[in-house]
Amino acid sequence: MNPFNKWIWLAIAGLLLLHHDFWFWENDYLVGGFMPIGLAYHVVYSIVVTITWVILTFKFWPQDLIQE
Amino acid sequence: MDFLAQAAAADSDAFSDGMIRVFVILVYFAILLLLGGVATTFLKKNNKDYLLASHSIGPVLLLMSLFGTTMTSFAMVGSSGEAFVSGIGVYGKLASISGLIHSLCFFVIGTRIWKYGKKFGHTTQVDFFRDRLDSPRMGLFLFPVLILLLIPYILGGVIGSGTIIQSLTSGAFPEWFPHAQPALTGGIPPYLGSLVVCLVVLIYVFFGGMRGTAWANCFQTIVFMVLGVVTFYLIAIKLGSDGSGPDNDLLTSMQNAIKNVPTTHTTRSEMSHSLFIAYMLIPLSVGTFPHLFQHWLTAKNAAAFKLPIIMHPFFIMIVWVPCIMVGVWASAPGVLPAEWYANPSENQNKVLGYLVTKHTTPVVGGLLAAGVLAAIMSSLDSQFLCVGTMFTNDIYRRFIKGPNTGNKIGLGKDGQDNGEPSVWVARAFIIVIVAISYVLGIVLVGKSIFSLSIWCFTGYTGLFPIILAALYWRGLTAAGAQAGILTMIATWCYFFFATGEKLYVPGTDWDILPVVPITFATTIVMIAVSLVTPKPTEQTLRRYFEK
Repeated sequence: MNPFNKWIWLAIAGLLLLHHDFWFWENDYLVGGFMPIGLAYHVVYSIVVTITWVILTFKFWPQDLIQE
Repeated sequence: MDFLAQAAAADSDAFSDGMIRVFVILVYFAILLLLGGVATTFLKKNNKDYLLASHSIGPVLLLMSLFGTTMTSFAMVGSSGEAFVSGIGVYGKLASISGLIHSLCFFVIGTRIWKYGKKFGHTTQVDFFRDRLDSPRMGLFLFPVLILLLIPYILGGVIGSGTIIQSLTSGAFPEWFPHAQPALTGGIPPYLGSLVVCLVVLIYVFFGGMRGTAWANCFQTIVFMVLGVVTFYLIAIKLGSDGSGPDNDLLTSMQNAIKNVPTTHTTRSEMSHSLFIAYMLIPLSVGTFPHLFQHWLTAKNAAAFKLPIIMHPFFIMIVWVPCIMVGVWASAPGVLPAEWYANPSENQNKVLGYLVTKHTTPVVGGLLAAGVLAAIMSSLDSQFLCVGTMFTNDIYRRFIKGPNTGNKIGLGKDGQDNGEPSVWVARAFIIVIVAISYVLGIVLVGKSIFSLSIWCFTGYTGLFPIILAALYWRGLTAAGAQAGILTMIATWCYFFFATGEKLYVPGTDWDILPVVPITFATTIVMIAVSLVTPKPTEQTLRRYFEK
C-alpha cells in the first residue's frame, strides 16, 4: 500500500540530491558582503523545502487522510 | 578590542549582573509552573486526557510542541559552538537536512501513526507494534530498547541545563559557589541547576499531563525563537561596530563581523563529503522517538499535521542560522579569549554564553539563559511524560496489574477509561528515571552532549526501517521486527565499544558514521527473517492495509 503520490517521492529525491552542494564546497564568496555562499545556499534550500511542503501537503495530501 | 574593555568593566559589577540573571531565570520557571497549574484545571481525570490530551491538539499547538520537542540546547549553544570549531558546514550537515527529513517523517510516519492510533486505541509504540504484528511479546523487545536509548537523550538535557545555568549565572554567589575557573566563580553549580530544572519540569508534567506539556512547549518554543533572534541582533551590532562612535546598522555590522573570519570557516574546505552525506541518516531518528510518537497521537485530526510539516524547516532556519553566524564570527581572531583558539573543541560550548555576557545586558543574559533552558526543557518534559506512559501502558498494565486489564488498549478492566491509579504509576516511574538520569548527569558532567545525542539518534535511526516497514509492507513479521531490533542492539554495541563514532568504508578514505552500517544491517536482517517466518493474521493485515 502506498497512499503517497509519485510526485511526492520525486520532489523528495530531488531535494535530497540538491542538499549536497559540492559546487559551493570551497567557494568563499560572501552574498551581500556578509553571508558565505555555502550558508546562503542552504538558507535558500530551507526556504525551497518549506515551499515544497506547502505544495505537497495541499496538492497531494493522501486521500485516506482527508476523511480523518 | 573595545569589547575586552567592556568585558573588564562588566567583571567589576559581575555580582549584581549574575544576580539579575538568576532573577530572570527564576521568573521564567515561575511562568512555567503557572502554565502547568492552569493546565491542571483543564485536566479530565482519565488516562487518555493525561497522556494524550484527549486527541485535542490543533495545528498551531502541534507545530510548536513538535518543534520544541525536536530542538534541544544543541540548536542554540551547540550550533554556535560547532560553527566556531568547523564553520558554516554545520548548518547543512545538521539543520537544513533535518528540515526536510523531519517533515518527511511527520508526513509519512506521523500521520499514519495518528490514524491507526486513533482508530485502534494505541498509546505507545509497543501498542502499535503489538497490534500490527499480532505479537503480545513485542513489548519485551521494544520497551527496554526505547527506554535505554531515551536515557542518554534525557542525560544530554540534564547535563546541558546544569552547564548553561552555571556559566550564565557566574558572579551571582561568589562566596557560596567558588570555582577554580574565574569565569565560573559564583555560578550556580550543575548539581543544583540540573536539580531545579528537573523539579520544575516534573511539577508541570505531573500536574498538567500532556496538555500542560503541549502548552509549556508552545510557550518555550516562542521564547527560544524570539530570544535567539534578539541575541543575534545585539551581538551582531556590537561585534560589527568599532565602539568609537554610534553603532553601525545591522547589515554593515554583519559585513564587518565576517571580515576577519578565516576561509576555513566561510567554506567547507575541511569538511568530508562522505561524512556530510552520512549525517543525512541521523534525522530519521525522529520517526522512532517515543516522545514524538506520543505527541503525534495528540493531534485533533490529520489536517493538524499540515502546519508542522510546512513550517518545521522554516523554524529550524530561524533558530539555527543566527546561531551559526555568531559561531562563525567568533572564529575571527580577537573575538574570544586568545587561549580558546588553541583548543576550540574544549571551549565551544562557552562561545554563546561568553558573547552574550560580554556584549549584552544582564537582563538579556538572563533571558538568553531562559531561552536555552526553554529549548532543553521543551524536550525533557515530553521525554519524562513518555517514559511514564510507556511503563504504565506497556509494563504495569500488561504484566503487573494483570493481563485482563481490558479488551482495548488503554482501557481499564471494566472497559472504561478510568485509569486514575495508572496516572500515579506513570508519575512514580518518571521519578525513578529522572533520578537515574540526574545521578548519571552529575557523574558525567563535562561529557560531550553532542556525542551522547549522536549515539542516541543512531539507535533510533536503526529502528526506522522497522516502523517504516510496519506501516507500508504487508510482509513484515513479528520475528522479522524482533530480529531487526536485536540486530540494531548488537551492531550499536559493537560500534559503540569497538570503533567509536567515526568509521571508514573498507578500502577507501571515506569516513562515515556507525548509523550507516547499523541501519543497513537492521534492514537486511528484518527483510530476510520476515520472508521466512509467518505473517500476522489476514484479519490484522486487512485492518491496516485495506482502504
